[in-house]
Amino acid sequence: MIDRYKWYEIVLMYAGMAVFLFFVLAPFIEGFLVSLKPLAQLFSTPYSFIPKNGSFDAYFSMWVSVPALGMHIFNSFFISSVVTLIVVCIVVPAAYAFARFQFGGSGLLLGAFLAVNMFSGAVLLIPLFRLMRQLGLLNSYWAMIVPGAAFLIPSSIWLLRTYMMRIPKELDEAAWVDGASRLYTLRRVILPLAMPGIVVVAIMTFIGAYAQQFIFALTFNSKTEFMPLPVGLFAFFGKQEVQWNELMAASFVGILPVMIVIVFLQRYLVAGLTAGAVKQ
Amino acid sequence: MTGNRSASLFAFALLAPALIYITIIVAYPLFDTIVLSFTNAALRPTYDFVGWANYQRIFGAGNFTEVIVRTFIWTFFSVATKMVIGVLGATLLNAAIPGQTVFRILTMPPWIVPMAIGIFMWGWMYNGQFGMISGLLQNFGLIDGPWPILAQGSSAFWATIVTDVWIGVPMVTIYMLAAMQSIPKDLYEAAWTDGAGRFYRFRRITLPLMIPALLTMSLLSMIATFNSFDIIWILTQGGPSGTTTTMIIDTYKTAMGSRKYGEGAARAVVICIFVSLFCIAYFRAVRKLSQGEAK
Repeated sequence: MIDRYKWYEIVLMYAGMAVFLFFVLAPFIEGFLVSLKPLAQLFSTPYSFIPKNGSFDAYFSMWVSVPALGMHIFNSFFISSVVTLIVVCIVVPAAYAFARFQFGGSGLLLGAFLAVNMFSGAVLLIPLFRLMRQLGLLNSYWAMIVPGAAFLIPSSIWLLRTYMMRIPKELDEAAWVDGASRLYTLRRVILPLAMPGIVVVAIMTFIGAYAQQFIFALTFNSKTEFMPLPVGLFAFFGKQEVQWNELMAASFVGILPVMIVIVFLQRYLVAGLTAGAVKQ
Repeated sequence: MTGNRSASLFAFALLAPALIYITIIVAYPLFDTIVLSFTNAALRPTYDFVGWANYQRIFGAGNFTEVIVRTFIWTFFSVATKMVIGVLGATLLNAAIPGQTVFRILTMPPWIVPMAIGIFMWGWMYNGQFGMISGLLQNFGLIDGPWPILAQGSSAFWATIVTDVWIGVPMVTIYMLAAMQSIPKDLYEAAWTDGAGRFYRFRRITLPLMIPALLTMSLLSMIATFNSFDIIWILTQGGPSGTTTTMIIDTYKTAMGSRKYGEGAARAVVICIFVSLFCIAYFRAVRKLSQGEAK
């Protein structure tokens, strides 16, 4: 512990944090308050921040106004879960290969994966649209799952590779000396040790998959039954008379599960993020 | 030697799924974009090669150059603001004061929440008649009547930047915090023993040692911002009268709105060229930094 903060420095820092947090949280606070207001109050002047006769009515009426809402929420979860499963299955062996083996072109390949990160799906939309059409995947869950997973694989490989490199190499070698095959070593020695890293990758993939469900879903799918929440709500948002309180209520229901996951797992997340970030 | 070869084979077998997947879903489409940009592909099933016609058309119209300039201005202001707020935020989150953990958790929502949903909330805040920003300004008597933020060109442009900053700030902050925490503590202690004040230590130790992270993050952030689609599409769809149309939005409108695949692909290729330039800069920066580390 070096020098202590002076009282005015502490006051300044808390003030700074208050401003910072206000910027970060204002849309959520406003969104939540709007979800509590009756519609008539939303469209009256002067503007009031605090709801009068606030109620949770919108949280009930939205299921009637947007009949597909439950389906949209389910779709979002389903798509994110399948994307996570695919990404983890592909990334674990790839990260191990990059963490342990030096082979011709391994550095180049690693760089190529990093470069994939730089091209957003939006740029490749036209050929992806053609590809999805050729494969007959338009208007199905796969239209969102398949491209969604592709853009999450590279960063996950980098993250997990960093994690695996910290597992001592001697453990692999000891297993080989004992006569274990390479695949057996990966399964029985590395996999259990890399579990915390894999969990971080899975969480981040899930969040990423949930977050990116817009452009692919907007372009490759027009069927309500497969629409994830963001696009489902966007259709609602685009209508002339928006039931803003219900839209905000639906948004909160849609983000609540993700927030719960974060609050419980934030320690792993920060650790995982920093490991991936610093060593890159 | 045989052991080495079998190790390489094993490594490639482990990599195969990732390689095949990325080749089909990213590399092939990238190649297809380039091919399509030289054709007159549209809704009809057949198309012909037309040489550089698409490129001549998009650069001839004049409109496209305007879009490129606008995209760069948009990206510059967004990234610069993100970096400043991110570094300030990280400094605050790094300070040894009570409540730190809570502040760290509360910083993250914009990054974690599905992007589109955060943008809907901004959409309401920007509502001219009844939204929070216009409403509060009216209540305080700062403006006379409703302020339709997203319906006026200049305010819509800045509004989309603010939302982009809001979404990007958590990531930058956390990354900067990580970089700050990786600076050895004894450097600060030594400087403190020598009587260096807090601001001096920040300027002479923290900032110089954070330059690599700052550089990396601003490049990554630049690429992400340059490619940003959701924010503008949800808030303004490129309007009013094109004032928020960036290259990505322009490409999307041409390709998916007007179904001019060839012309859209030519626009996408131009974007890819810019992104590749950013990439090269990024790789050079990373290489330089890792060489510096080795010394």
